[in-house]
Amino acid sequence: MDQLLAEYLPILIFIGIAVAIPVFAIGASYIIVPQHPDVAKTSQYECGFEPFGDARRKFDVRFYLVAILFIIFDLEVAFLFPWAVTLGKIGIFGFWSMVIFLGILTIGFIYEWRKGALEWE
Amino acid sequence: MAEIPNIIPALPEMFLASVAMALLMLGVFHKTGGINDIKASRLISLLSIVALLLAVLLVSTLSGGRLPTFANMFVSDTFAVYCKILVLAGSALAIIISYGFLERHDMARFEYSILILFATLGMMMMISANDLISLYVGLELQSLSLYVIASFQRDDTRSTEAGLKYFVLGAVASGMLLYGSSLVYGFTGTTNFDQLANLFDAHHGETSIGVIFGIVFILAGLAFKVSAVPFHMWTPDVYEGAPTPVTAFFSVAPKIAAMALFIRVMVGPFGGLVGEWQQIVIFISMASMALGAFAAINQTNIKRLMAYSSIGHAGYALIGLAVGTEAGIQSVLIYLSIYLMMNIGVFTCILYMRRDGHMVENIKDLAGMNRTHPMLALALTILMFSMAGIPPFAGFFGKFYIFVSAIEAHLYTLAIFGVLSSVVAAFYYLRIVQLVYFEDLEEALDKSAAPELAIVLTGTGLFVAFFFVYPTPILSAAAAAAASLFAG
Amino acid sequence: MIQALTFYVFAFFTVVSGALVISARNPVHSVLFLILAFFSSAGLFVLMGAEFLAMILVVVYVGAVAVLFLFVVMMLDINFVELRQGFLQYLPAGVMIGLVLLVELVVIVAGHAMAPEAGTTVAQPIPPVDEISNTQALGELFYTHYIYLFQAAGLILLVAMIGAIVLTHRKRDGVRKQRISDQINRRAEDSVEVVKVETGKGI
Repeated sequence: MDQLLAEYLPILIFIGIAVAIPVFAIGASYIIVPQHPDVAKTSQYECGFEPFGDARRKFDVRFYLVAILFIIFDLEVAFLFPWAVTLGKIGIFGFWSMVIFLGILTIGFIYEWRKGALEWE
Repeated sequence: MAEIPNIIPALPEMFLASVAMALLMLGVFHKTGGINDIKASRLISLLSIVALLLAVLLVSTLSGGRLPTFANMFVSDTFAVYCKILVLAGSALAIIISYGFLERHDMARFEYSILILFATLGMMMMISANDLISLYVGLELQSLSLYVIASFQRDDTRSTEAGLKYFVLGAVASGMLLYGSSLVYGFTGTTNFDQLANLFDAHHGETSIGVIFGIVFILAGLAFKVSAVPFHMWTPDVYEGAPTPVTAFFSVAPKIAAMALFIRVMVGPFGGLVGEWQQIVIFISMASMALGAFAAINQTNIKRLMAYSSIGHAGYALIGLAVGTEAGIQSVLIYLSIYLMMNIGVFTCILYMRRDGHMVENIKDLAGMNRTHPMLALALTILMFSMAGIPPFAGFFGKFYIFVSAIEAHLYTLAIFGVLSSVVAAFYYLRIVQLVYFEDLEEALDKSAAPELAIVLTGTGLFVAFFFVYPTPILSAAAAAAASLFAG
Repeated sequence: MIQALTFYVFAFFTVVSGALVISARNPVHSVLFLILAFFSSAGLFVLMGAEFLAMILVVVYVGAVAVLFLFVVMMLDINFVELRQGFLQYLPAGVMIGLVLLVELVVIVAGHAMAPEAGTTVAQPIPPVDEISNTQALGELFYTHYIYLFQAAGLILLVAMIGAIVLTHRKRDGVRKQRISDQINRRAEDSVEVVKVETGKGI
């Protein structure tokens, strides 16, 4: 157990660095940079655009379809990892077991391809 | 290397899964656009019905003894065979009666029958589950397909709403079931039904508080799936919003599968703890009967009425489970078979309710129907009499066996409560008959010429009317099925 | 020491970001906090020795589910401020459900000592992490012992695919599909015509 966790120590340090740098960068810019917002700075531009606005825009439902199809294949891939690791042990039965599983999802894939669910315009 | 499992007990499921996938490919490679979509939908429906019938044949070849497989996670016994045949029949009938409806309502897409096939597969897996995990997996396969079918008419807000409600509440129920299962696993260290049963038997019904919590959560999740009070609130909205043939399907096949699962879980692994769950089942049974009887009285929409009626019927069926004996389970199985035929029949009548090419769903629209549709009126009357439990129709026998089993087990309160609530329920069933025969005709319904509806209605009507002539096959099959559950 | 410290850091972030998921004003922020919560729980899983689960949490939940949530949040055009107005009204019910679940958790954690037999009946005991990595331990059971559940999971994924397409996909007009065979089969003769133009006449 301890040995396993020791292997993760570099990752932990890495995460520490990854967190520290942006915190430092953003924090420093708050402290160092002079910020004096006034009416002229925050009012509309001449062209009519707001300088600050809501980033939210309505997305097309097709994004959702792509995302959900991605999740499904992502899960399929997740199943492949333990399989690849143990293929030597589970033998031919385990191999075909996975092939059937992939076959089921390939049928789904053919279906969505033919339906044109993967097409944009 | 692991042993290759015996696949014979699961052959019907494997057959159905392969057919569903093959039909999916057939449908998607069929020509598209305009009339071709309808043609594809017709072809796939037809083939799906054939596949379901073949699956019935395959299932019935398995009717010998108890066959566990897949590391004891899947089991095929006489009980499973009986329930699977009911479910397959329900699904096949549902596809038949939706045949014309889909085309008229511009929803003739071949995925419909395929989703029903997958839902049926899920139900069969539920019925054969012998492990909490396989139970959950089967249930999810079923529910996921049903959520999609509920909102199949996706341009109709009511259908979409029905699908969404069903999904959200169904997900909550699945969550409760999973939570309960994880508690049971945590306190016993196993999810297998046989091992659980042995464990509880070894402890003579004494168990820790965690297991009891787990069982209560599992009970709540299952009560949701059979739409028993207090987990019934989704039923009226979903039944009303979903397209009518879908409602017909919802009211039979998933109900039967969930009830079978309920029985298997309670009698199998938790059979040793009957003292812990019996009170709860008695309570939800009484509450469902009462709500089914009283809440339906004020309904004006016939689909909502049928929703409350199905809540009530779930209550009657649960009496048999509360009894918990072999006779009790036998009576539930008989009840479910009769319920299947009655309900499909009534929904076929509802599908006949069209005026100027549109579906009408108000109970008032039936007024004076016997002037224009004498045969339909007769069939509806028989079905309503049967629903109300008036002899000599089939519904009477269903209730009769249930009440007898309750009395034999000295659950007198439950039996008397059941009789009283069926008297109240008879009021609204008979009101429909009264409307059909004794009210003035305002506007006639369309003359429908759908042959498939006529065939189904005749079949179910004849079954319900003449069940008393020769009930032996169903009675003895149900007896054998119930016995197989207690043999192991 | 480091182990304990890491546990508290991850646990703190999991709880805090979990709370922020439901209290953030902007739903997009909620999703981002959800990602943080997933990530910290992945850290907790690693600490328990469940490497595989931790990685799945990162790959599937952070990588895919959270993105889907973002899309859904962006797809819905809902005024979330208005939606939040009923918040206080539902608060008592929510708190009660939370309390019930908490009490149950306590009962279970406390009750585990009351069920000492649980350890003896475990169907598939977890092998010690030092001998075999848990990805391997899972792999040895998953594809052979649990083949039934594995294939059933495949079918559920298939139904999910069909369902998503049935409910959201619409045939669109004016979609220009690339047909590679058509492109290759196109010959110069089909598309180019050589015309002799006589002087002063035009075509």
